[in-house]
Amino acid sequence: MTKALKINKSTEQGILELLKFLLKKGKVKGIFTLKKINKDGSVAYSLITKPDELKYAVPFYPLMPVNAGKLLSRFSLKGSSSEPVAAVVRPCELRAFIELVKREQGSLENIFFISSTCGGVHPIDKSVDGTVEKNLSEYWDAVKKGEIPAELRPACRSCEEFIPYTADMTVDLIGNNIDKQCMIFLNTKNGEEIAKGMDGEFLEKEINKEKIDKLRGKREAEKKKLFDELEVKMNGMDGLIEIFGKCISCHGCMRVCPICYCKLCEFESSDSEYKPSNYESDLKKRGGLRVPPGTIYFQLGRLSHISISCVACGACDDVCPVDIPVAMIFKKVGESVQKMFDYIPGKDVEEDIPLVTFEKEEFAEVEE
Amino acid sequence: MSKDEEFMPKILAFLCNWCSYAGADLAGTSRLKYPPSILPIRVMCSSRVDPLFIIKAYLGGADGVLVAGCHPGDCHYEKGNYYTRRRFVMLKEVVKGLGLEPERIRLSWISASEGNKYVEVTTEFTEKIKKLGKNSAKNKIFL
Ligand code: SF4
Ligand code: SF4
Ligand code: FES
Repeated sequence: MTKALKINKSTEQGILELLKFLLKKGKVKGIFTLKKINKDGSVAYSLITKPDELKYAVPFYPLMPVNAGKLLSRFSLKGSSSEPVAAVVRPCELRAFIELVKREQGSLENIFFISSTCGGVHPIDKSVDGTVEKNLSEYWDAVKKGEIPAELRPACRSCEEFIPYTADMTVDLIGNNIDKQCMIFLNTKNGEEIAKGMDGEFLEKEINKEKIDKLRGKREAEKKKLFDELEVKMNGMDGLIEIFGKCISCHGCMRVCPICYCKLCEFESSDSEYKPSNYESDLKKRGGLRVPPGTIYFQLGRLSHISISCVACGACDDVCPVDIPVAMIFKKVGESVQKMFDYIPGKDVEEDIPLVTFEKEEFAEVEE
Repeated sequence: MSKDEEFMPKILAFLCNWCSYAGADLAGTSRLKYPPSILPIRVMCSSRVDPLFIIKAYLGGADGVLVAGCHPGDCHYEKGNYYTRRRFVMLKEVVKGLGLEPERIRLSWISASEGNKYVEVTTEFTEKIKKLGKNSAKNKIFL
């Protein structure tokens, strides 16, 4: 059994009250959460220190403007926060942050993590034209029923990792009566500690496994469908060229990827620049060359760098201007690589990234 | 190349200085015969081979890429080849996952005294690649 806090108010209200309580009581000095920018449904992550400002906070708004793991890395890269901060993030954002901490790109110190059983998010362009805001009630209805809301991003529709591993608190959204109550699981000692004194009922409870499994089943089916569709397209080099041929090399997918943290990406360095002699030798061989070359090299290379840690948050899909299913490709390849090492990225900060460690006796079969 | 001439693949072979390169040398000085398909590149350790080298070679049209190093436990730098092995597991999965041909990349342990094994590995790999045929990436334009 896990400790839990039940607030007899809507989840939306309950969580805001909790955040306000944390600030007012000085349990944390800042709240990192999504905040509304205007009425149309534009949101951005912000640090809030004044309780009053929380009236614009929209934790768990179904959008991921940037993977918060990336932002928290920037927040703590040069040193951990001197004051405690509560960060409201999604499971995949938390996992991304853990992967970054493993790479010494951030610090967990002085950050409390509030996450949720996650209903998923919409593609970012749907926020710009106001559709997300317009369809909010449908979204929450689906979450309440434990269904996959309409028009979610493919990465979310097919995500089975929608329960956080290392959050101090988990707000239970999936299949819950969120209009009437706010159920918050206190997973860690820290979580329990900072919730102490909050108005509500403290009890022992488990997340409703049945509802979770049911949604996981639906998402599994969705994943299978999406993977199957991909497999048909990804047949051999011709398939890949078909998929990536339209890539405009904006490198947006890399820039928003939380795992791609390099300040100077290999594929943007002068090493990757073609010299006249490279053009000459390639042209001689091929009789023609796409300019600039290297689209497939970029993605294959990126996969070799990050597939082991890809949390399949879907941020890359959001930004690709030519609708290449980058996220599903990375999710598919990522999962198969991670399976080889029995690794779930971001599950446990103590666990080494598989490529920087080894066992002496293993994988004998890979040698031929 | 005329039509009836047999296809001789081009295989890039990254050989670690301390074991596999010496093994290849031994094959040479022992006057053992091995296929002309192999283009050896000496590296100080198998772990020097960045997976990107392999990807680049493959996209550049190499019909096969061989990485050879010391047997586990014998790496001159003690643990280089253990990392190589894990990277290979990863790379093969990436290549497979994209629907490409993992059969075109190969990892082998060849010690300095295994001139014979060097011949076996290179011969066998060459035969396998011959069966697979040319790497279709070689004359693609929209890479
Ligand atoms: S990928 Fe999963 S955890 Fe991340 S936002 Fe989507 S549903 Fe939530
Ligand atoms: S975001 Fe899309 S177009 Fe831009 S580099 Fe990535 S795959 Fe190519
Ligand atoms: S020196 Fe031979 S594998 Fe490391």
